Amino acid sequence: MELKRKDLLDIKGLDQEEIGLILDTAESFKEVTGREIKKVPTLRGKTVVNLFFEPSTRTRTSFEIAAKRLSADVINFSVSGSSVSKGETLLDTARNIEAMRADFIIIRHQASGAPHILARNLRSSVINAGDGLHEHPTQALLDMFTIRERKGKIEGLTVAIIGDIAHSRVARSNIYGLTRMGARVRIAGPPALIPADVETLGVSVFHSMEEALSGADVIMVLRIQLERQGKNYFPTLREFANLYCLTEGRVGHAKGDVMIMHPGPVNRGIEISPEVADGLSSVILEQVTNGVAVRMAVLYLLSGAGEKLS
Amino acid sequence: MSEKVIMDPLGIGRALSRIAHEIIERNKGTEGLALVGIRTCGIHLARRIAEKIKEIEKSEVPVGVLDITLYRDDLLTRKGHPAVRKTEIPFDLAGTVVVLVDDVLYTGRTIRAAMDELMDFGRPAMIQLAVLIDRGHRELPIRADYVGKGVPTSKTAVIKVLLSEEGMEDRVILRED
Repeated sequence: MELKRKDLLDIKGLDQEEIGLILDTAESFKEVTGREIKKVPTLRGKTVVNLFFEPSTRTRTSFEIAAKRLSADVINFSVSGSSVSKGETLLDTARNIEAMRADFIIIRHQASGAPHILARNLRSSVINAGDGLHEHPTQALLDMFTIRERKGKIEGLTVAIIGDIAHSRVARSNIYGLTRMGARVRIAGPPALIPADVETLGVSVFHSMEEALSGADVIMVLRIQLERQGKNYFPTLREFANLYCLTEGRVGHAKGDVMIMHPGPVNRGIEISPEVADGLSSVILEQVTNGVAVRMAVLYLLSGAGEKLS
Repeated sequence: MSEKVIMDPLGIGRALSRIAHEIIERNKGTEGLALVGIRTCGIHLARRIAEKIKEIEKSEVPVGVLDITLYRDDLLTRKGHPAVRKTEIPFDLAGTVVVLVDDVLYTGRTIRAAMDELMDFGRPAMIQLAVLIDRGHRELPIRADYVGKGVPTSKTAVIKVLLSEEGMEDRVILRED
């Protein structure tokens, strides 16, 4: 089986088999990242452009390492000080990059749907590294990979996603992916941060942390996105922390072998207490390690399909 | 189209026994020796040869597994991608004599990829090559040190190695169009 796609834009459009294929392939690439020489010649001669319109350290670095371990050339296009600040449109910027023969364009953009516009207009493979409030597919894939690696499966697990659901593209991608793979997904957070009609995505909504966490196999804590909040969704950070911060006491409601995840960066003491973030159940750094393997798998699988489609 | 069984279970067993003896003879024992099978059939053959060496010499030879997919020279030109699986080399390659094991030696391109990958894992003292079938038509200057059976074939012929580890009866089939 292979991935018959040019682009990776969202999880919503992937079926169970495709997600399974990416996770299986990532397992093999994790072996590569454990070697002494962590580099294989697979994408030699290919060019990967990181086009990030929003700040990012983890995701950009992760894609860069993934591409370099596959022997691709990587160019980081930083938006500040570029022609974007001179008023060039997104599509013009991307067309110029494609004209330099980029094989992959990895884009993060504040507007939902920006990667889709590029994908429709370019021959290069486009990978969404986060678009507005929409999706962040590689994050959800690495989360699912980490869950499957730890628990041996995804189907049948109870996963509680906690915090600012409304502004979280990580939550959205994970909800699509986890429900498709057969997990029971619960979400909890301040009412103003729970999107209306979110139940239609197949999740159950809780407003009490204790109920949401009760019997959970996995707890996924989201970052309170301070920079994304123009309005007051909750009175104060302290009140949010009092009601929703994942503390050791609250983790006690979940299963004994619960795993605790966070996409980073962590606001310690706001959405998660330092003891929990650094505790034995936390897999936060494993998520980062797995991110490289998952992104290698995505680059590899898209490179094959791209040839086929063009 | 004609199909011919060119090796049966007994024939495969004898060939592997002979290869095991030749490996021991050439290397004067099993000191510093390791076998590395190329996925998928090569692994089974490597394990069988290791088993036979153990019967003869009463010593264990470590067996590694090589998945050469990421080192193929046709990855970016062929249609679609083969599945990538794990490489497992559970021993130090430095100073080791490695016998690569594969089922069929044809163009030699797989062996080129395998040697490149192996070199990325360390610096073996020597690499030798054992194959069950050598069917000719080399495209690279590569030859096998140990051959189960040389089979002259046309380029359109297909050789299939079936092994019990894959749930089939041991046999090698030659199919000519």
